[in-house]
Formats: sequence, C-alpha cells, structure tokens
Amino acid sequence: MSDVSINDIPAGPRVKGKLSRDDLIMRGSMIVIALYLLITMVFPLYAMLSKSFSTYQFNLAAFEVQVSDEEGTNFSDPVTFAELNEAGDILKARDLIAGSDGRLGVTQFFPDFSFRSPVKYRIRNLDEEGRFLVGSKLYDSTDWLELDSNTFRRVQLRPTKDIGLGNFTTYFSTPALSNSIKNSVMIATISTIITVTLAFWFAYALSRSCMRFKGLFRLIAMAPILVPSLLPGIALVYLFGNQGMLKELLFGGTIYGPIGIVIGSVFFTFPHAFLIISTALAISDARLYEAAVSLKATSWRTFWTVTIPGARYGLVSAAFVVFNLVITDFGLPKVIGGQFNVLAVDIYKQVIGQQNFEMGAVVSVVLVLPAILAFAIDRFVQSKQVALLSARSVPYQPTPNKRMDWIMFGYASLVGVFLIGMLAICQFAALVKFWPYDLSFSLNNFQFDKMDGGGWDAYFNSIKLGLLTAVIGTSIIFFGAYLVEKSNGFRVGRTIFQMFAMLPMAIPGMVLGLAYIFFFNNPDNPLNAIYGTMTILVVCTVTHFYTVSHLTATTALQQMDREFESVSASLKQPTLKLFSRVTVPVCLPAILDISIYLFVNAMTTVSAVVFLYSHDTALASIAVLNMDDAGDIAPAAAMGMMIFYTNAGARIIHLIASRGIVGRTQAWRSR
Amino acid sequence: MKKLTMALSSVAFAALTATGALADTELTVYTAVEAEDLARYAETFNKVHPDIKINWVRDSTGVVTAKLLAERDNPQADVIWGLAATSLLLLKSEGMLEPYAPAGVENLDKKFVDRDNPPAWVGMDAWVAAVCYNTVEGEKLGLKAPTSWQDLTDPQYEGHVIMPNPASSGTGFLDVSSWLQIFGEEGGWEYMDALHNNIARYTHSGSAPCKLAASGEIPIGVSFAFRGAKSKAAGAPIEIIVPTEGVGWDMEATAIVAGTANLEAAQKLVDFTVTRDANVMYNTGYAVVAYPGVAKPVDHFPEGLLDAMIDNDFEFAANNRDRILSEWSSRYDGKSDPQ
Repeated sequence: MSDVSINDIPAGPRVKGKLSRDDLIMRGSMIVIALYLLITMVFPLYAMLSKSFSTYQFNLAAFEVQVSDEEGTNFSDPVTFAELNEAGDILKARDLIAGSDGRLGVTQFFPDFSFRSPVKYRIRNLDEEGRFLVGSKLYDSTDWLELDSNTFRRVQLRPTKDIGLGNFTTYFSTPALSNSIKNSVMIATISTIITVTLAFWFAYALSRSCMRFKGLFRLIAMAPILVPSLLPGIALVYLFGNQGMLKELLFGGTIYGPIGIVIGSVFFTFPHAFLIISTALAISDARLYEAAVSLKATSWRTFWTVTIPGARYGLVSAAFVVFNLVITDFGLPKVIGGQFNVLAVDIYKQVIGQQNFEMGAVVSVVLVLPAILAFAIDRFVQSKQVALLSARSVPYQPTPNKRMDWIMFGYASLVGVFLIGMLAICQFAALVKFWPYDLSFSLNNFQFDKMDGGGWDAYFNSIKLGLLTAVIGTSIIFFGAYLVEKSNGFRVGRTIFQMFAMLPMAIPGMVLGLAYIFFFNNPDNPLNAIYGTMTILVVCTVTHFYTVSHLTATTALQQMDREFESVSASLKQPTLKLFSRVTVPVCLPAILDISIYLFVNAMTTVSAVVFLYSHDTALASIAVLNMDDAGDIAPAAAMGMMIFYTNAGARIIHLIASRGIVGRTQAWRSR
Repeated sequence: MKKLTMALSSVAFAALTATGALADTELTVYTAVEAEDLARYAETFNKVHPDIKINWVRDSTGVVTAKLLAERDNPQADVIWGLAATSLLLLKSEGMLEPYAPAGVENLDKKFVDRDNPPAWVGMDAWVAAVCYNTVEGEKLGLKAPTSWQDLTDPQYEGHVIMPNPASSGTGFLDVSSWLQIFGEEGGWEYMDALHNNIARYTHSGSAPCKLAASGEIPIGVSFAFRGAKSKAAGAPIEIIVPTEGVGWDMEATAIVAGTANLEAAQKLVDFTVTRDANVMYNTGYAVVAYPGVAKPVDHFPEGLLDAMIDNDFEFAANNRDRILSEWSSRYDGKSDPQ
C-alpha cells in the first residue's frame, strides 16, 4: 500500500455553492423587505435623532444697528448686537439658546432707550439667513431699515438654526420637563410589580388548581387587549372622578394622577403579563413535584424551590414587557394623568400644544432609552431560557384540593370582576343620557357625527385600516420571516434582517409617529405624497407591530423541517411554488393569528397614529382621545365600546375561520 | 339595450362635464372651525362662486398650526379660513402669509384687521373667555358664585377650579396673556400664583373645563363663552360668568398662504370672507363678528360680554408667547406634581 497520507493531497479550490435562480430571487426579496424596514423605521428614526440636535440660537453677530443723534439725521457707525452685548454685558450665553419660536427684544441692548426720544435707528441682517421682526412682520433682507424709536421697540430678533446639544441642556435644566423621567419610571415600576403579581396568581390559579370555569376566566383575562389603553381611564373617571360612583373609596384623594395611571395600566397590561406567565407555568415537570413530595417539602417550600424557579424567565420577561408598555403608553396618562407629567404625554404636549418639534424629538430620545434597555434585558433573559421540558418530562396535573380550589376561584373572580367591571362601566357610561343629572338610557352618545373627533367616518376608517394592515402586514411579515428562516447562506444579510425585525418592539409608538412626521413630511422626500393618507397609517401600523408578528411567524416556520426545501430543490420545483403550495397552508393557523393580532392592534392603537392622521383619515381610537379631550367623555366611552365590539366580533370570526380552514388544511395532522 | 347604454353614457358625460364646469378651481383650505359649521360655510360661499371648490382640512387649532409650520417650506394649503389670530401672527412672522387687502375690508372693525398694509390676515369673529359655574355642585359644596378673576383666588374654591393648560390650549393662553395685560406683568404672575393654589388640574383642551363643569365633575371651569352657551343650551345646570376685570379674547381669522398656485381663487375666497353675508353666517355660532352692526344676540350668551372684552394686544401675545409659556411651565407645570 502506498504511504500517501491525506496531508499530501494538494488543497483543492474552495467549494462554493453556486447560487441558483431561486436563491437569487429569495435574496432579492429579502433585500426588498429589508429596504422596506429601512425606509419605514431606520430612516425616520435617524431623521428624528438629527432633529433633536437641531437647535436655535440668537446669533447677535448677524444683526447690525446704527443709532442717530437727537436730530435723527446723523447716524453712528454700524455696530453688531454682539459688540453691544459685550460692551454692556447684558445677556449670558445660555440666554441665547432659543426654541424655534424664540424672539429677543432689542431695546435691552440700549440702556438709555426711550420710545419717546427723537432718536432714530437703522437695523439690518448681515447674512442671508438672518431674520428679524418689526411687530409681526418678517424682514430677511440685508438692506438697512430705518425706524423711529417707538417702532424700534417692536423689533424682535429671530434665532437661527444650529446643531448642538442645546435642546438637551434646556431639557435637563427645566424641571418641568425632566421630572417626567422620574414620574414615568416610577409609574412603570409600580404598575409592573402589581400587574406581574396579579397575573402570576391568576395564571397559577388557572394552571395549578382544579377550580371551575377556567375557560371563561381565560377569556375574561384577554378582554382588555380588545380596547384602547385609554378606555380604562374613562371607566376610572366614572368610578372615582368627582362625580364617581365609588369616589368615597379614595378618601379625598384624586384619581387624576399616579393612582389612576397605575390602576388603568394594570388593566390594560394584564393580558400581556398573563399570557407570558401562563405559558411559563404551563411547562412544568411533574417529576420535580413528586420529588418534592417524597422529600417531604412543605408546599410553601415547593412553591419557592420548584414553581418560581421554573417560571422565573417568564416572570422576568413579563415584567419587562409590562414596564415597556406602561412607560411608552400615551392614551391612559393623557386621559387620567391630570397634572402628573409623563414622557409620552410630554411629547404630545411639545409637538401639538407648542409646535416645538425639536423638544418633542428630545423627549422621544429620552423615552427610547429606557424602552430599549427594557427590551434588551428581556431579549437577554429569553436567550438564557433553556428547555425545561425534556423528552422524559411528565406534564404536571393539578390534583383537586377543595380549600385551595375555592381560594383560587375567589381570587380569579375578584380579578375577573375588576377586568369586566371596567368594561361594564364604560358600556353604562355610553348609554346614560347625561351623567350624573339624567340617568335615563339613550343612544344619544352614539351620534358621533354630532361631535368633534371624526364621527362615524372615523369608525369605518379604523375598520379599513384594520383590514388593510391585517392583509398587507401579514403578507409582508410572513414572507419576510420565511425568507429569513429558509434561505441558504447569506448569513450577514439574515442577521441584519433579524435585527431590523426586532427593532420596532423597542420603539415607542409616539416616537415612531413623530419620526414619521420628520421623515415623510420633508418636501425633499420622494415619498412625501403618502403623508396624510391612509397609506402612511397602514405603513406605520405594520411597522409598529412588526416584531411580535415576525416572532409568531418564525416560531411556526421553525416547526417545519428544512427538508421540505431540500426535497423541492431536488424535484426541481421553484421555492416560491413550495412556499405557496406547502408552507402557507401548513402555517395557516399562525398566519391567521398574525392577521387578527394586526387587526386588533390597528383598531386600538393611538400612540403611533396620533401625529399622522388627517381630517379624511380620522380613526376611531383617535376619536376616543379627541372626544375625551374636548370633555365629551360619554361619547368617547361609546366609541371605545364600538371598538371593543368590533374586535370581539373579529375574534369570533377569526375563531370560526380558523376552525373551518384548519379543518380543511390541517387534516393531515391527525390520522 | 344599446340605446339605453347610449343614454346612460351621455347622462354620465353630461354629469362629468357639469361638475367640471362647476368646479374649475379647487382650493385647499385649512381650518379649525367646528366641523358642523364647515358644510354651511362652503355652501354659502358656493352660492356666490360656484366655480371654486373648497377642500377642507380641519383639525384643532394647535394641530393645524403645527401642520402649517411643518409645511413651511412646502405649503399644501391655499387659504387659511378660521384659525386663531395668534396662530396667524406666528405664521406671519415666518413669512408664510401673502398680504392682501380684500375688497371691502374697510367696512370691518379695525380691531379685526392686521395693522400692516396690505394686511396679512383679516378677522372673522371673536371667541371670548368666560367662567362656567355649575350651580348645582356649587350649592352642594356651599360655594358662592364668583364674579371676578380675583374671586377665583379665594381659598373657598380650593381644588374646585379647572382651567386649560396654556401650553397646549389656545384658550388657556388667551387667559394667561389677558391676565398679564389686565394685572400687569408682575401682578399677573402674582395672580396666577394665587389661582394655582385653587386649581384642581389643567386640561389640554380649552372647551373641556366648561364641559367638565357642565357634567358636575368640577364646579368652576375657566373656558370660553360660546362653549358655555352650548352646554347651557344642552340643559346643563351652569351659569356663564363674565369676570368684572374684563376678559381675554382671540379671533378666528383668514389669510392667503404665500406661494399658493391659485392666488386668484384664493383672493375671491378672502373677498367673500369679509362680506356682510359671511359675517351673518359667522354670527350663528359667534356673538362677536368683525362686521359692525351685524351681530345678533346668541342664545344663552351672557350679557355685557362685549363690553368686557379687553383691548387685546395680539402682538404682545405672539411675540412673548415663548417666554410666557416657559415661565408658566416652570412655575406651575413642574411643581404641580403630587409628591
């Protein structure tokens, strides 16, 4: 035998798989969807970030002035305001930082100014960018303008654009603004602790006891997801407002403020926490409990050493999700927050109330930081999660325990009454004629066309938005997820795509909406035309809710063996055919879940679209906000309930549809 | 069958050309006028100029102003018809308005016309601050009805007054700027310090305080008279009080947006807005209109309101807005958090 070893064979050329036409198509499509995310998310966020650094400053050196003698004929040499300021030591550098609407009176630079004196003044801009006002008339030319002293006192200098950290300096040195950080974090923390605790015991009752009506309680727990987050605020006004039914329970405290925000936040975040925790609790190994029993551990000890550790990732994840939801929520604190300022409402007040877009961008940047942090920690914790359920696990079956079951039933009923009660109050509010003076029932509050806010058109616009978002969003998101999961190679591209797909979760809706203004309302943007149309609402909503849908799609796709792709390739079938003939039908349950998720959220979202709707595209959720804002609380409740019924109806249709379609397409699953 | 198709298509053609003839020019008009009034405004205008079609873009004052400012370099609107004068002053100082003296502007009350010549904007009607007082709730709490702004600082009203936040509401800002004019700069802030102790909360919208007073949520709401009259007409147990020191006011006004492609049509529209007919039309909702002698009393409107209107210095309000708002926020917005 020869003694040639493997090492003697010369290295061949590196084998590189040849890209088939299919691969090219898939990569091409992936790039298209990645571009979509780039345009609808990354670019707008960048536009917003740069806006937050765009400052305004009074450039005193850009204006020149001449002063005459008492006769008003002989003028002094021209001098800039900067020189005057230096000579008189009048304004400090920080007095020169301004907002976009800043104005600076000029008489303060002339210590002996009198509007009665016959002295005349000449003023001009030194560069083309310079602007000053006489009264409210704008002058931006570099020609001299001669004014008598009585008119000269009406001169106001305008600031010029600059780039710098000035806005952030102003933000952090204005307690009225920066206090909101503390407030927001405090509210979010308290709500998180309460919600996670409540949801944990609720989920515990459902998975670890043998109490009755579990299905009903599960339904009730999910109800808050069907309404806008500001609806509990309206319910709280009716319960604990100054004319509230249960006002005495507050002992003279006010519901308008942190108390109201916390109670409402618990309501609307409850289903999210409950879902995550009950999933975590559902996966449990009965063997651990058997071991605990055989070691004679008390049930208290078993709880702390088996149950809690098993659910810890779920608990942490739920905590961060709730924290994120509360800190980024806008509708609820707007309705019930009173004088208690939080970040999300600050953005709205800056932009809509004061037209201070730069400061709105600064608050957005401040709000994004805790949101991204919470999101990053959550992702980190999730990646630590190891499979608890091994092949040898035995699912835990609760055993009946009369006392325990009744306690759990009592607890679940209390939570259920809280959740259903809030909705019932809103329904009651919607039907009462004129609370609290005329308690007869009528449908007056449903005559939305008689109120500001968009009328019934708004309601139908919302349904349109919901359907469009569901159809378009599901197609884009599911196809994108398919490409990421099933295409070959192209690792860098797939990783970047995955990152883009996860980002929307971390971006608060208010921030996304504001970023859209900056990006799409820019006249230089070729996509400017979609501003103010239904298209931008659909695009914004799809992007806002991209991540959860993407994760649902990926989970479903991961359950499908990649073998399908290999087989279809060896049969020389194009991948797209496989996609439409095999993948989509198999994943239909997941696709339906994504559509209903997008529909429901499009119906209830307020934060992202509040900056983007126009007169023709008013939405039901925005109408709730605007009617409440104008003091029409009962019609606001009525519109909120319309959203609830629509979403509940959509859920039922979804249920029936999935039963029917699943029956037809998923028959192969059972033998 | 064929005949029918022919007939149908000729009808359709006629309809098409007819609408084409009726509306050769379309104007995009931004407005903050109440939605229910818009159709009526357009209809009255089209009686005179059937060839100009109005496309309304309506929202609250703040939103419309923000929208216009955001579109500074790429204006979408042709005309602004019915936006607060303070907002128009802001737009004027950005050079966004096309000065134009509409035919017949000399007939209007001077108070309602921009001082420059040609004027950049022309007023339509005024809305006036007032206090809505819920008599039922007031009695329950044993309160005396206030008669002046100073009364509102009385400790008996502690926690019983709501007013709009001037940073987000035009009505709130006209209150604050009027107090600064009535009581002077220093006195105004002293007054607001005292008032702040009685304020339950500041709302975002200007009509909300009156609606909240109407529903008994609060006994006293600082709002505007028109809103109060509406709530009272709806049967709410409220009195509309005109404080004796005088009340602030703002007006709705009209202007042409600089850079409009339809200048001629825009001028026709603005010409119409100053006519007697237009002012009669404004009078349905507003007790005070720009055309002298037109105004008829509006139901439930408090007496003596016209005489109580202060000599409002809009230029002061516009040029000091930034400063006033930041002063206001630092005094009351940050501190008012319940600790």
